[in-house]
Amino acid sequence: MRHTITVLVENEFGVLSRVAGLFSGRGFNIDSLSVAPTNDESISRMTIVTRGDEQILEQISKQLNKLIDVIKVIDFTGGEAIEREMALIKVTAEESSRAEVLRIADIFRGKIIDVTPKSYTIEVTGAPAKIEAILELLRPLGLKELVRTGPVAIGRGSKGWKG
Amino acid sequence: MKMTGARILLECLKQEGVDTVFGYPGGTVINLYDELFSFKDIRHILPRHEQAGVHAADGYARATGRVGVAIATSGPGATNTITGIATAYMDSIPLVVITGQVPTALIGNDAFQEVDIIGITRPCTKHNFLIKDVKEIATIIKKAFYIARTGRPGPVLVDLPKDVQIATTEFSYPDTIELRSYKPTVEGHPKQVEKAVSMLLSAKKPVIYVGGGVILGDAAGELQALAKMLNVPVTTTLMGLGAFPEDDPLALRLLGMHGTYFANMAVTNCDLLVAVGARFDDRVTGKIATFAPHAKIIHVDVDPTSIRKNVRVDLPIVGEVKDVLAKMLKVAEGQSANVSESRKNVEPWLAEISGWKEKHPITYKQTSSTIKPQFVIQKLRELSEPDAIIATDVGQHQMWTAQFFTFTKPRTLLSSGGLGTMGFGLPAAMGAQAAYPGRQVIAICGDGGFQMNMQELATLVQNRLPVKICILNNNFLGMVRQWQELFFEKRYSQTCMELPIDFIKLAEAFGAKGFQATKPDEVETTIKKAFETPGPVIMEFKIAREEKVLPMVPAGASLNEMVLNA
Repeated sequence: MRHTITVLVENEFGVLSRVAGLFSGRGFNIDSLSVAPTNDESISRMTIVTRGDEQILEQISKQLNKLIDVIKVIDFTGGEAIEREMALIKVTAEESSRAEVLRIADIFRGKIIDVTPKSYTIEVTGAPAKIEAILELLRPLGLKELVRTGPVAIGRGSKGWKG
Repeated sequence: MKMTGARILLECLKQEGVDTVFGYPGGTVINLYDELFSFKDIRHILPRHEQAGVHAADGYARATGRVGVAIATSGPGATNTITGIATAYMDSIPLVVITGQVPTALIGNDAFQEVDIIGITRPCTKHNFLIKDVKEIATIIKKAFYIARTGRPGPVLVDLPKDVQIATTEFSYPDTIELRSYKPTVEGHPKQVEKAVSMLLSAKKPVIYVGGGVILGDAAGELQALAKMLNVPVTTTLMGLGAFPEDDPLALRLLGMHGTYFANMAVTNCDLLVAVGARFDDRVTGKIATFAPHAKIIHVDVDPTSIRKNVRVDLPIVGEVKDVLAKMLKVAEGQSANVSESRKNVEPWLAEISGWKEKHPITYKQTSSTIKPQFVIQKLRELSEPDAIIATDVGQHQMWTAQFFTFTKPRTLLSSGGLGTMGFGLPAAMGAQAAYPGRQVIAICGDGGFQMNMQELATLVQNRLPVKICILNNNFLGMVRQWQELFFEKRYSQTCMELPIDFIKLAEAFGAKGFQATKPDEVETTIKKAFETPGPVIMEFKIAREEKVLPMVPAGASLNEMVLNA
């Protein structure tokens, strides 16, 4: 089961390795992890995508809470969170396929951020599934390089977690 | 008044009520030691190895309930503390370990005696700190002690660079500390407590399963009162020994791999298991699928991660065990009619347990020619003071001690339960003796474990710590040998320590005394001589070489599949 977990931590050095070390030391899986300070500079927010059965996810959540620097753990289950991920995609774009690449980028509301006679580099944001979808279309045209940020997530509704 | 960082650290320790530290000097803590030279409020004990220093601080903490403190220098000094720290971490022992670090300007430069001790100890500490500014020392030390002793206790490491020790600032120690990210749940939920009591009152075959948490949480009194009020039998883990008097009729004693037949049968057949401050370690549960198969499980623990980590739990209660047990007592007290009804209802269960106790008591076959280790342990109990503190290493002697010593008081057994650290016993005994100079402290060791930290004999002699050391010598790494015998066709690969070490001369070389017994009829006189001789003493018992720890549940088997005789 895929889960998106948000972890609010004290913005101190070494926190990232505490969190990452917890996952590796206990044999939990990290699909992706993104981290940056919040509006409150003393707090960082991590978005972790992980997977496991119910018992493992409960342990992940509890073990994260147990870390001294962790302020809050929010485990989003289906539909509660809005997820967005950014990808930079460098794709082969020569005469025969330039128009096709442009069309695909356009459909996905991607931006061309670099152009050469042989390539386009596309910036695209969206839910992870949307990134997967554009990649599926671009891959046959010749993917040269791909960078993904991993998703960040925020809860739906008007309620916010301050910071 | 302005003070150096080194002085501030010592003042902080004093403010925390620290009276004894175990430490080893070196280049990056030399300023700290210079301050210590004239600082008379703290006793410093110099072990012969940093690992032993941390074990001693650990033994001090286990025996007293206070936070143990150890100091080491950077690099190798710091890495030598790891086994001690990991031992304390696995058994939830409150420690503050202070390590020196190279000057901040050199951190990351592979400087002489530099190591990333924060990185190394991250997985085996409850938390750790690198102090980068002299102004942070007071608050970080305050935090370190607070974190070490609250919630589920554990070791906290503080890394202190040399230049921070030299820098100066005004000293003021904070009275309280607030950590927005660390708020352990202290109080058990009243509704859950009520449910637990009603489950206990309606159970026909209840068992209370007690771990080290009851001792660490100073809740032995509440536990005993509850068990006796409701007439519920109590089994304890190795870490829980002493939380419930083993000479009480309700005591099932040790459970698990080397537990008693009646404890394991009771757990297998019970209809309600109340786990208190215990974590369902694999040495306790055996095969998880068949552990307490007919029971509803109530789990009381201050650490939510312990709950549902290994077994399904029907009723979790997060909170300090002392608070939860006191609340349970109170609820039960208010239902006297139900309590007396319930006491009657469990009578057949207690009778069934008595049957198991009669059928398979913990026992061994005495001989007249060779000394049985179990006999030595029983004699030690008989001849030692009622509040004697016992520290053990890890292996057969540890299990014989657990099975045959009969512990009746909390904090009288110091043993490495979680990590299983050989070499723990002697330095842990040293720490306990430093805390209680007037009490009898006995280290029970095998010949293997003793050799791992025997250099601490020097520390005992130098600091006049009269620890009595019992070596059960079979010239084997006995527990591994036992496994090889039972499961590897007696292929004793590298478990024979044939070299006949003269432990008596060894004791004398360190300025201690030593006595040896080779026959059963010498056991009593040897123990008496050792107890009567002032100062640290080794008593060596040449024991039956192929004696096994029984009963035994083979690894991965169910608790009721015990090997009783082999």
